[in-house]
Amino acid sequence: MAKRPHSLLGIEQLAPDEINALLRLTRRMAGGRPRPLLRDRRIALLFYEASTRTRTSFEYAAKALGAQTALISSQSSSIEKGESLVDTGYTLQALGAQAIILRHPSSGAASTLARFIDIPVVNAGDGMHEHPSQALLDAYTMLRHKKTLRGLRVAIVGDIYHSRVARSNVFLLARMGAQVTLCGPPDFLPDAAASLAKGLRITRHLDDAIRGADVVMMLRIQKERLVHRHINLEDYTAAYQLTAEKLKLARRDAIVMHPGPIVRGLELTSDVADGPQSVIREQVANGVPVRMAILATAVGAA
Amino acid sequence: MSAIRKNGSILIKGGRVIDPAQNIDADMDLLLRDGFVAELAPKGKVRGSADESFDARGLVVCPGFIDLHAHLREPGQSHKETIATGTRAAAAGGFTSVCCMPNTSPVNDSARITAWMLEAERGAVVNVFPVAAATLGSEGKQLSDYAGLQKAGAVAVTDDGKPILDETVMRDALRLAGALNMPVVQHAEDTRHTAHCVMHDGPTAFRLGLRGMSADAEANIVERDVNFARNTNGHLHVAHISTAAALKAVRRGKKSRARITCEVTPHHFSLLDENVGDFDTNCKMNPPLRSAADREAILAALDDGAIDAIATDHAPHAAHEKNVEFDRAPFGITGLETALGLAITRLHRERKMALPRLVELMSTNPARIFNLRGRGSLVRGSFADVTVFDPAKRWTFEAAKSLSKSKNTPFDGCQLVGKVVATLVAGHFVHRNG
Repeated sequence: MAKRPHSLLGIEQLAPDEINALLRLTRRMAGGRPRPLLRDRRIALLFYEASTRTRTSFEYAAKALGAQTALISSQSSSIEKGESLVDTGYTLQALGAQAIILRHPSSGAASTLARFIDIPVVNAGDGMHEHPSQALLDAYTMLRHKKTLRGLRVAIVGDIYHSRVARSNVFLLARMGAQVTLCGPPDFLPDAAASLAKGLRITRHLDDAIRGADVVMMLRIQKERLVHRHINLEDYTAAYQLTAEKLKLARRDAIVMHPGPIVRGLELTSDVADGPQSVIREQVANGVPVRMAILATAVGAA
Repeated sequence: MSAIRKNGSILIKGGRVIDPAQNIDADMDLLLRDGFVAELAPKGKVRGSADESFDARGLVVCPGFIDLHAHLREPGQSHKETIATGTRAAAAGGFTSVCCMPNTSPVNDSARITAWMLEAERGAVVNVFPVAAATLGSEGKQLSDYAGLQKAGAVAVTDDGKPILDETVMRDALRLAGALNMPVVQHAEDTRHTAHCVMHDGPTAFRLGLRGMSADAEANIVERDVNFARNTNGHLHVAHISTAAALKAVRRGKKSRARITCEVTPHHFSLLDENVGDFDTNCKMNPPLRSAADREAILAALDDGAIDAIATDHAPHAAHEKNVEFDRAPFGITGLETALGLAITRLHRERKMALPRLVELMSTNPARIFNLRGRGSLVRGSFADVTVFDPAKRWTFEAAKSLSKSKNTPFDGCQLVGKVVATLVAGHFVHRNG
């Protein structure tokens, strides 16, 4: 168990009112005015895995709150010399860090770190497990276009098995009363996925998933995590690619989402990615206020 | 075993003596002399005299427990455990004999290393029976020298942790070991299908984003090996069986009169995959904690005899090795000091397993499976290896007080019923409680 209640390790541990509080705070942070809530506080970004969106937006978010940031990446630190995750955490704490933002390829790394150190840990993606800040920014983005999450029909399509984004989104959306449908081939969507949340629907057919959806969320095939799974990309594309034609099955006002990075021509076509229903770039932009809200809450300044 | 003293005598009085090998379950007196059982007689009827007596009223007195599967880590990994510390933990858990696995550093694939393990300098306080590597370096290619290993003191062969996948090698191992009356112990896991897997494949693994080992990866190997055992007339002992599917294969093999035995660990009959909870590395072991249906099958097999023995798979690891990311942590937990408490709590109290059956699983059968002559029974002339336990004692296991060098256990703070009161090896106390 985390020593600090303010750690954000995953959506699974959050109650609906905690999710709502973070989304409300995000709205206040979105004004663009500087809010020096974390003036001169030290925030460490500990990244064991490559990242563009998450790292940059956490860094901008911390700076927008007035914090000092330090980036520690596994390639250019004592991690290369064999320093363990927990020892690295102790080191950053000793250097005065008041929160650690952790991106790590191992599922559960944020929970492990939080068990040992006394400062809050913010999970910026752990292996295939959770990516809570992404799910929060996705929810925030949905709420910019839809009145409420309750009853919202959300289809999540693609490589669910390897996706921490999918897990966090399922936990959040189910908890907030949305109707979630997961869609993909058995290798990417094993039957065990149905146990993630109550009322979850699983289908192997893209049409079935998209028909009548308010939100269509496409996921990337995570080639870097494929083990023993040999997927024929041509077959996959034929069955699961989101095209303009397929998108017509969704509600007319449906939005298309993607956590990025997108692979054009694979999980979705360029015309869909750049089309009027796509909110993919807006998702990226919303990453900053959401992460401001997360950091302010974690450090206890909100 | 020159470190173990033998001379002297002791009378263990008035205990409930359970010795399934002789079909005994009665209040009796037990006289041990010069390392052997001298007399077992109804209360007050022992004729010989003793230097010392021990009041066992209200306690169970049984042949000492024998652990078929423990990792004592010597040579080479003495920061996790030594033969001296591991056997002290064993004594505290009521084990008078420990069969230790060969995945040491270097691997125990030679008479020289086997003999080294048995030297008095190792400081063992209970009997140690090395299980040697089935192939050189446990690389699964070339068989080790079984006759030479047996002569040096090895009681079985295994490549534990590195299952023998090559079919010819496995058949040859069963044939050769079978001719020497030694079992081949197989950790059944088709490692070609479990790369990067860290727990049981099921809803919990999916929820945590951890890669899961399928039950088939165990069952397919057991099924294959059962057929090999039948064809070679070898003795296959399936280590730490964990799935319903593998148990089915074992049952089929036993019915066909092949020489098949198997063991289960206390954690596999006590815990489930969901106990991994929030990435608890003390619930990471191999085979992994399984589903509720698998545990039900294990409990049924413990009752009806398809499972022959309880073995701990005691696998000590240092805290700094376990306090890491879940997928980087080594597999294994300690188990010597919690085995009896878990067996009594989970099997005797919760499922009404009779205590004689429990003794059979922890002593009588293990002695038979590894052909440990003179052990596993209190018949006159047997080695004076005795466990005395209180089947009703409530206690809380505290990992910090464990005698093992390592404290990696999911049972820290666990309330248990049934506690070892005394452990005697060759007629001498190696552990005594309160």
